[in-house]
Amino acid sequence: MSDLGGHALALSGLTKRYGDFTAVDRVSLDVARGEFLTLLGPSGSGKTTILMAVAGFVAPSEGAILLDGRDITPLPPERRDFGMVFQGYALFPHMTVAENVAFPLRVRGLSRADRDAKVRAALDLVQLGFFADRLPKQLSGGQQQRVALARALVFEPNLLLLDEPLSALDKKLRAELQEELKALHRRVGRTFINVTHDQEEALSLSDRIAILNHGKLVQAGAPTDLYERPRTRFVADFLGKSNFLEGTVRAVVAGGFGLEAGGTQIVVALPPGIDAPSVGARSVVSLRPEKVALLLDGDVADNTVEGRIAGFAYLGAGFALRVDVPGLGEVRATLPAWKAPIAPAEGLTVRLGWAAEAAVPVEEDGR
Amino acid sequence: MSAAGRASAGWWWLILPAFLLLVVFYIAPIVQVLAISVTEPEPGLGNYERLFTSGAVQRVILTTLRICVITTALALLLGYAIAYAITLATPQAQGWWILAVLVPLWISVLVRAFAWVTLLRRQGLVNNTLMEAGLITEPLPLVWNEFGIVVGMVHYMVPFAVLPMLASMKEIDPRLLAAARGLGASRGAVFRRVFLPLSLPGVIAAGVLVFIFSLGFYITPAILGGGKTLMVAEWIGLQILDLIRWGLGTMMATMLVVAILVTPAIFSRIVDLRRIFGTGA
Repeated sequence: MSDLGGHALALSGLTKRYGDFTAVDRVSLDVARGEFLTLLGPSGSGKTTILMAVAGFVAPSEGAILLDGRDITPLPPERRDFGMVFQGYALFPHMTVAENVAFPLRVRGLSRADRDAKVRAALDLVQLGFFADRLPKQLSGGQQQRVALARALVFEPNLLLLDEPLSALDKKLRAELQEELKALHRRVGRTFINVTHDQEEALSLSDRIAILNHGKLVQAGAPTDLYERPRTRFVADFLGKSNFLEGTVRAVVAGGFGLEAGGTQIVVALPPGIDAPSVGARSVVSLRPEKVALLLDGDVADNTVEGRIAGFAYLGAGFALRVDVPGLGEVRATLPAWKAPIAPAEGLTVRLGWAAEAAVPVEEDGR
Repeated sequence: MSAAGRASAGWWWLILPAFLLLVVFYIAPIVQVLAISVTEPEPGLGNYERLFTSGAVQRVILTTLRICVITTALALLLGYAIAYAITLATPQAQGWWILAVLVPLWISVLVRAFAWVTLLRRQGLVNNTLMEAGLITEPLPLVWNEFGIVVGMVHYMVPFAVLPMLASMKEIDPRLLAAARGLGASRGAVFRRVFLPLSLPGVIAAGVLVFIFSLGFYITPAILGGGKTLMVAEWIGLQILDLIRWGLGTMMATMLVVAILVTPAIFSRIVDLRRIFGTGA
């Protein structure tokens, strides 16, 4: 498959209303050429509606969809030249694998010889050359998923749209196909737009993630940016796990501030580009559980608290602790199991510590 | 036999009454009809010889087949359009559509046949309207011929064509149609390449059902054919009731039974009948 480079897509003030209900609320987003973008959000966040609007199945109430700067909002789906992998794959049950993959070429009126060559190349791309003459129902879920991918890519589409492509697979297969999908993206070099509610999938696959909630775009950025510097409480909570410490700002210095939360003094370092809060203001910081360490006697940290273990879970790779800290409430911490300094037990008093850079101030989400 | 085996064998006695009822009132008469066809008026296959020698017998069979094929084709065509419209309709509208399809089934076939006579006869509504509009000067021969029979039979058969086709259309995953459009197919191509092939099992089921049903039709052809165009069922009645030629009548009845058994057998080789008639997964 030749690499023609991807195309750039832009959403400008995209809005979709169903009666009184606003499914998508003024979403503006740029997708760069060749980028793998994931729309991530809980169910009902509007992510699928956005994808369907991009595909042409849903007409936006307001706003525009631009492909390389050209307005494609009024085009019907068959005129957009977008490949799409549907949830549950939507393979045609009455056609063989090869006929399924040939379908987009057939409706475009390609000659038989051209069709055969492209179908073979597409099936080789997903390593399904041997299965060309099987019917979809004779394939496993993972194989069906790859047929759907081959069918969506065979006509060298402007854009590949993926609607929860891995949700029907079991966990192990999902991880495997995530890697394949990522490698495929690198090989074909096209623009991919993926929709999912699975935050791990989003983190591992995407160049960029757009997080949606209640139809609004909350934050978009590279996975590491979103994970390390969530802008709002929702983002911190949805992407990974997080402790939230709420308190009053007591002191502001260059590059950081001091927070009093439940009688505990906490120092927070500010990442560059984030304005310091003013003294006396309420502030919430997000603290990832894996950044909280269990301290032994003599260990030091920027912030330390003491509490009792309220509960713990052994997860194989690590321990997940819930520690009751007087004044702060429950603080969650995860420790790598193989080098846990102590054997956790309920009721045990422990000292927790974390660096000033570990906590990030977040905004409360307005409704 | 083990105790469990005896116990389960005991349950079979419970269906004995139903079995006897079927033998006495259903299988025995059919066997008797078969027997008469090779014993009257004299033992032998003389009646069946008429299939190859008698022009009248052949004409009746050909007329019946022709009318049945035309009726089946038209009923499928109309039924497909209706089933397609119902599939695309909103759930509320679907209820009304299905009611509209079913209501004619509840009206007596006799009433419907006579209704068509009043519409189609020389001074009927259709001819009068056309003549007053000046489109024709002479009344068209719309009834008491094959045309009239086909009209009446198609009207009767459309619901039987709609229901199996509707069932198979409803099984089609709407995402497949969206997927086809997303992959670049126009509305026409989506219908031709995806919807039509996926609805084909229902079309074949409806075709078999309507064709078999049409073969033995009696009242509608008798009334709308006006005794001039004879189909098999009416011909059998004529032989047995009016001409008292039991041998010939039962021979034709046997042929009808054979045709009814053979038609699904042929189609079961083409498609999976269990899928069509809904047993199994």
